[in-house]
Amino acid sequence: MLGEGIIQGLVETARNFFGSYVEKDRLTTVQYPEERLPLPEASRVFPFLLYDGSDAEKGLRCVACQICEKECPPRCIHIEKSKDKKPDFVGKAQFYPAVFDIDVAVCMSCQICVEVCPFDAIRMDNKFELSTTDRFGGLLWTKEQLAKPNEYYRQIHPTEAAETDERRVKELADAKAKAAAAAAAAAAKAAQQAAPGDGVSAVPTTPAKVVPQ
Amino acid sequence: MVAGGAADQVFVNLDHWIVGHTPVPLQTLVSIVISIATIIVVFAGLFALTTVFERKGLGRIQNRYGPNRVGPFGVFQPLADAVKSLTKEDVVPRSADHVVHYLAPLVLVGVVFLTYAVLPVGRNMTAVNLDAGVLFFFAVGAGTELAIFMAGWSSHNKYSLLGAMRAIAQMISYEIPLILSSVAVIMTAGTLSTVAIVEKQARYSSTLAHWYVFTPWGLAGFILFMIAATAETNRSPFDLPEGESEIIAGYFIEYSGFKFALFFLAEYLEMFAVSGLGITLFLGGWSAPFSFLTWIPSWIWFFGKLLTLIFAFIWVRGTLPRLRMDQLMNFAWKFMLPMTLIVILSAGIWHFLTAAVVGPKPLGAVIRWLVCALVIFAPFITLARTLERGRKIEKRTYRFAE
Repeated sequence: MLGEGIIQGLVETARNFFGSYVEKDRLTTVQYPEERLPLPEASRVFPFLLYDGSDAEKGLRCVACQICEKECPPRCIHIEKSKDKKPDFVGKAQFYPAVFDIDVAVCMSCQICVEVCPFDAIRMDNKFELSTTDRFGGLLWTKEQLAKPNEYYRQIHPTEAAETDERRVKELADAKAKAAAAAAAAAAKAAQQAAPGDGVSAVPTTPAKVVPQ
Repeated sequence: MVAGGAADQVFVNLDHWIVGHTPVPLQTLVSIVISIATIIVVFAGLFALTTVFERKGLGRIQNRYGPNRVGPFGVFQPLADAVKSLTKEDVVPRSADHVVHYLAPLVLVGVVFLTYAVLPVGRNMTAVNLDAGVLFFFAVGAGTELAIFMAGWSSHNKYSLLGAMRAIAQMISYEIPLILSSVAVIMTAGTLSTVAIVEKQARYSSTLAHWYVFTPWGLAGFILFMIAATAETNRSPFDLPEGESEIIAGYFIEYSGFKFALFFLAEYLEMFAVSGLGITLFLGGWSAPFSFLTWIPSWIWFFGKLLTLIFAFIWVRGTLPRLRMDQLMNFAWKFMLPMTLIVILSAGIWHFLTAAVVGPKPLGAVIRWLVCALVIFAPFITLARTLERGRKIEKRTYRFAE
């Protein structure tokens, strides 16, 4: 009969209307600022710089190699290399970034900087409430703003962080073994150069170690 | 009359008290100003309330919350909307006809407010008791078509012109069933005065009121009236003139800021006005449905009925998709028009099937009811079958895009 479908439709919408007051799981809306869904582990917004230990200046992993700056498609990274060097986590003297700026107004969150970094120094953050009243200065993040401890990385991306840490522990062990081998070789050489049988004078020197986090 | 008690006449008495305390030469003017101010404040307030109800209702129909941020449960949302529309830039196209473009929303709101003059919102609560009240309502209401065409034409925009032409075609087509369905009531009541029509319905035999909606022709007439009213006020599913997905916003595409808000206001006021007329003609105006409920003030009855009809409008809007232009026209001329004529016929039969013809009260009334219902229902079935014949719903096939 004419109008039957309309009545069926009205019944359906009435069921939705009253049902939404009775069954809470009908309402799929998340009331955002008060309620939040957990972020997926792989979620990413803008990059940040990792540092080891508690001192951001001393423990910053970045060695200012500028690979990320060159690879960045929208060119939002600006790095100025330091004049002097400081020891990195295996104790090797490295440059460090005197200036490391990311213009997040330009960044497109492509994660290419993370993928090219050979020093595990840059990673993606998942902070997304970043509004600011200053659209120039507020969106240009400096080295100090970007530096975050490794614990923070473990917190936001646990799987990735575990993998990185494991690799870095291995790297450190390798570096140690290598240093030890080099030291041993140096000692043997020194022993050879000295009078045979008088090996007491050859004291192996070990390089200074920075304990990684 | 004791019905309703003191609360029933509280606003009337207040009005008399204010007028009584003004100098005699000013009394007419003050009385007029009070009526106009009351209508504007009450119905603009109802508009504000309805926008929240509509958004929340539609939200619930779609299993959403709807606005709930501004104030408790989002009740202050209209204030936020008002501030927004007042502070927005008012853009007028360079090629628009500036004067007409400016006047269109004002004419629309003015015309719609005029129709409230004859609506009895309670016992003794009518701004003007015109002898030809219903006629005045329709005559003034037709002014909205002029305002809409002013808006569509002056904007100098293809979409707004298309929207305005759709609106004119639709409103003229649906004005006929709208008026014809009220003709049945006018015939039976024997008057064009809205006040007298309500008073005719505010009588009770045993406990039930003499509302026209309780008669078969009144029920059918009411449904047809409300369908035509929906089309007349350009509300979904008859919102072709402003179909967002087709012609963006129709005739008010070139309006922004407060002028847009005025169009919005006028649309809702039109809905209230035409619902108010539907209540007056079929639902007994301010009268209670049962004699034992007459202690509730008359204006509460009127606004209660009005809110119920508004809710029905929202419900229908949340349910039905928009019609196509040809469906709209076919529905108006092939279904609505014949049905309203049949309703008039049935009302005539009702009038002549008095107790003298069909016999005494209980059985005679049932016979009268059934006969009149049959006069409407049989043609309805026939008409529906005829319209549905030859209409095959098939799977859409494409010739070129496959």
